Amino acid sequence: MLYLSDELAVRIRTHAAESYPHECCGAVLGSDSGSWREVLDLFPLVNRRDDSPRNRFVITPEDFRAAEQTARKGGLEVIGWYHSHPDHPARPSEYDREHAWPWYSYVIASVMQHLPKDMKSWRLKDDRTEFDEEEMEITPFGTINGGRVNAGEGDHPDRASALRGQARKR
Amino acid sequence: MIIPTALRPYAGKQESVSFDARTVGEALSRLTTQYAELRKHLYTDDGKIRSFVNVYVNDDDIRYLQKENTQIKDGDTISIVPSIAGG
Repeated sequence: MLYLSDELAVRIRTHAAESYPHECCGAVLGSDSGSWREVLDLFPLVNRRDDSPRNRFVITPEDFRAAEQTARKGGLEVIGWYHSHPDHPARPSEYDREHAWPWYSYVIASVMQHLPKDMKSWRLKDDRTEFDEEEMEITPFGTINGGRVNAGEGDHPDRASALRGQARKR
Repeated sequence: MIIPTALRPYAGKQESVSFDARTVGEALSRLTTQYAELRKHLYTDDGKIRSFVNVYVNDDDIRYLQKENTQIKDGDTISIVPSIAGG
């Protein structure tokens, strides 16, 4: 499960819409408990594929390192990457699969004729044959932000519910 | 040898490992022998390093050295640094 605040979801969709008809890309920063992940920040990047930015993106090793350094400074880690699919659904392409790394959450935002549409998260199977869709919950009450809201120690059986409870108390 | 976060689950969850090796290729071979599950993520089916896998010796990309034949010496750090690509 990937938890993403409404605010950060809007930032991805806005980046995707502003980049249209080109693909946007960026790093997803947060924490990984082993059984769930929470997105706590984003690190938008420049799509370096100057030759075919409408249907390709690339994040260079230099940008990769910059994203990791930014995450570490904030006490976070790079848990995934986002990119957009202009005029295509939020489903990984074969090219996405061929170039994917395991472990990361790949968030894909669809943009149709300038308008942001659906957004989904995917993770590559261990055998690299395909992606599994990763359940994603967009929380309406704002970011969990740097661990200030903690639903509890370790894994929580119903983290979303606990987070809603914490949010109501604030 | 520094293992990127995405590959640590396939390398005993270790951030780094040490090997005695004379070349980058030998070090990668020892790595993928010890942790066989890494192989499919680093190499294509025909045995070439995947295009989005970048290997550095200290701060130098081996593509601009002698690729997998790049000589290494005691104390050198080999880093596997991902490029992230898709479409």
